[in-house]
Amino acid sequence: MNFLGLLARNRLALLGLVVVLMITVLALLTPLLPLADPDVTNTANRFKRPFEDGAILGTDHLGRDLLSRLFWGSRLSLAVGFASALVAATIGATIGIIAGFHGGWTDNVIMRGVDMLMAFPYILLALAIVAALGPGLMNALIAVAAVNIPFFARNIRGVTVGIAHREFVDAARLSGMGNTRIILTEVLPNVIPVIIIAMSTTVGWMILETAGLSFLGLGSQPPQADLGSMLGEARSALITNPHTSVVPGAMILIIVISINLLGDGIRDALDPRLKSGALSRPMPRTLVRRGEPSAGKGSSALLALSGLETQFHANSRVYRAVSGVDLVVRPGECVGIIGESGSGKSVTALSVMGLVASPPGVITAGSAHFSGQDLIGAEYGTLRRLRGDRVAYVFQDPLSTLHPLYTVGEQLVEAVRVHHPMPKVRAREHAVGLLHSVRFPNAKERFDSYPHELSGGMRQRVGIAMALANDPDLIIADEPTTALDVTVQARILTLLRELQRERGLAIIFITHDFGVIAQLCDRVAVMYAGRIVEEGPTDAILKSPAHPYTARLMACVPELGQERRRLTAIPGLPPVLDDLPDGCAFAERCHRATDACRVGNIALAGLATERVVRCIDPEFRAAGTA
Amino acid sequence: MAGYILKRLVSAIPVLLGISIIVFLIMAMIPGDPAMAILGSYATPENVEKLNRDLGLDKPLVQRYLIWLGNLVQGDFGRSFSLNRAVLDEVLERFNTTLLLAGTSFVICSILGVSAGAIAAARQFALADKAITFVVLLGISIPSFFLGMMMILLFSVNLRWFPVSGMWPIYGTRDLSALVSHLTLPALVLAVVATGVIARLSRSAMLEVLRQDFIRTARAKGVHERGVIWRHALRAAMVSIIPVLGVQAGFVLSGAVYVEIVFQWPGVGRMLVDAILKRDILLVQGGVVFVAACYVMFNLAVDVAQSLLDPRIRT
Repeated sequence: MNFLGLLARNRLALLGLVVVLMITVLALLTPLLPLADPDVTNTANRFKRPFEDGAILGTDHLGRDLLSRLFWGSRLSLAVGFASALVAATIGATIGIIAGFHGGWTDNVIMRGVDMLMAFPYILLALAIVAALGPGLMNALIAVAAVNIPFFARNIRGVTVGIAHREFVDAARLSGMGNTRIILTEVLPNVIPVIIIAMSTTVGWMILETAGLSFLGLGSQPPQADLGSMLGEARSALITNPHTSVVPGAMILIIVISINLLGDGIRDALDPRLKSGALSRPMPRTLVRRGEPSAGKGSSALLALSGLETQFHANSRVYRAVSGVDLVVRPGECVGIIGESGSGKSVTALSVMGLVASPPGVITAGSAHFSGQDLIGAEYGTLRRLRGDRVAYVFQDPLSTLHPLYTVGEQLVEAVRVHHPMPKVRAREHAVGLLHSVRFPNAKERFDSYPHELSGGMRQRVGIAMALANDPDLIIADEPTTALDVTVQARILTLLRELQRERGLAIIFITHDFGVIAQLCDRVAVMYAGRIVEEGPTDAILKSPAHPYTARLMACVPELGQERRRLTAIPGLPPVLDDLPDGCAFAERCHRATDACRVGNIALAGLATERVVRCIDPEFRAAGTA
Repeated sequence: MAGYILKRLVSAIPVLLGISIIVFLIMAMIPGDPAMAILGSYATPENVEKLNRDLGLDKPLVQRYLIWLGNLVQGDFGRSFSLNRAVLDEVLERFNTTLLLAGTSFVICSILGVSAGAIAAARQFALADKAITFVVLLGISIPSFFLGMMMILLFSVNLRWFPVSGMWPIYGTRDLSALVSHLTLPALVLAVVATGVIARLSRSAMLEVLRQDFIRTARAKGVHERGVIWRHALRAAMVSIIPVLGVQAGFVLSGAVYVEIVFQWPGVGRMLVDAILKRDILLVQGGVVFVAACYVMFNLAVDVAQSLLDPRIRT
């Protein structure tokens, strides 16, 4: 999407652009327009109302034509505002680039100076400069520009520091270019968008500031008038003749508001983060847009997913993260979901409780029956009551998933009290008990620690304790051990297994590590490109994987005591989720693939007791078939 | 904690020195002869020379700065010739009234701005978000002096809800209710721009935080959406909002000058403008240094507040 296109799509910015252009053109044409002389006084005609005696906007306290003064004043205000923005941007950017490019003590000295200037209350500094130079429009311009230089210098320096260490700058240096040339040909082109953003968001402010100084009588001096001094002169007649104040004031407002609209549009168009819509916040519940929900099944199941489809809609593209997943979890059972990153395992797990970030996530089909109740499309209130109470989550990285500014104790107490209101003291006792149950050493003393004060393993124990807070029926653990080192990982796994047995918990355990599955899970589902490609009892699949992908995935896991075995990485990459191929998504990387693999829809087929596989030519066939 | 405060206090010293140097240099740039400005153009050369000697203006720049700084530290800001009064006395008196105005505004804009930003973020793309975004745009685009004049027309002249200007009634008692009715309009007008800026930044800070993993954790725990927004997200967003509040405090403090002029509020800003127009340099110099120093100390308090909020920087 090109820059102008983006700008044009933003209707408000476009409106701002049109108004700014109109006013600019009028300001440029002012000397050619058939206007009365703005400075000719005629006290007999003072304070004419608008449309009185041919004066469209009336006259001011000296009988001067307001329309003419408005045009000339706008011209002056715009010129001064843009000039000071240009001066501030040029000097500020130069300082910023020099500081950022050279680094070291140059940077240090310059930036300390900039910090000093920024320590001033903004307008105070401008007043001091005008006080020194004396009142006058030129001096006001200098003051406003000077006050804004630190802002530009600091912004541009930040960007330049990032660029100065990039490869293309190193390359230019190696090719023997001088610093000045590198700055002009390599650094400057990359900094210009930032300069433009900074300018477009500050020029309105600078017009306000120069108008302000003129309003105070420190800017343009009579008879010459910009909008600010027109307002300043009109103030004494505010109550008797308000139109003389409203005319210049409204003009300033119109100019600044349209410049700000345009500036916001430019910033949005140039800021790459906004293009992908990354700045939208996730809603409390994933968006559901599905047709007929499928009927619930498997009454003995605690959780039954059926035909679950979750997609990400971004920039008119559709990423099919999960496309038709069926999975059953019985009470007290541990089911593993395994797959590479991007295979849709986390999205499947988050879809259950509507925790997929949305936008961009949308659940487009399927159902998730928990104890017979469909959670997909359930009211937010229903979901919220179940979340953390009957279905709890443990997430991957406990440093980013625990709130950094609350103590672990506070977070545990909250988890309890949000579902079971009770006095804080009792909740606290309960929470300490939870920490004990996850074998958290010195639970009492460390109750008031912040997450960043704990080790990774301890933090994950807190995460697990929080999941246990309300004695849930099901825990969904989304790679809970991936961020931990191996010995800690083993301890956490042992803990989970013990808890599962003690409490009769059902667990969905998501991982990319077959070793972990082997230790913990009764059954395992293998996911690839948003679909389950094989499912069955863990032992059976570990002993004889049926899907070539499963076999390859297992070959990636090193085993102790088998040093001679070759570890084989799977060649190629998973398919892109916004353009899934026909047939088997793994075909491109599969050594057994034939043309038949690349057409139609390959269904999950029964292979043996409790085992299914999505492959027309599996690694082995059940006795009795084919 | 005490160690942290002490460290920040010490680090404020070079900033204060830097400010004094900048102000001194700006004032030293003044073209022409200050003694001439004081005595007027009919002064005899002997008198000018004598005054220059009395003011110490015949000495080299560095020496003059050191003398000036030494006097400042002892509380001697010089004497205002236009008011015939010690600069510090005048500044202190005026600063109190500005502080009342700016402080009230600051409380208003912090509370309004942060709440508006948080609501807009929580209701992103909904009507409330659009309405807030529009009002905010209006707020940051309108010159406060123009807004002030329009408010006077509407609320003081037409509706007669508030007095037109000043800090106290000319006749009548100087009680709290009189003060509040005089303070309301200027404090609101002064708060408008800062409210807009704070709301904008709060909105984007909240949007940033709401995408974090720990927000998903809070939701997975079953925390009410209200709690997610106001307890979890806002607390984390405050870490980046508080520095903005510090900057805006400076804008409110110095932006008070326009409001003081429009509403005839006897504050330090109006004093500075008068002093500039009368070329009373010592008064300008003293006023600027004093207000800037207060602002530095305020920012120090902001840093301390920041560290109270965020345990990770308290070391």
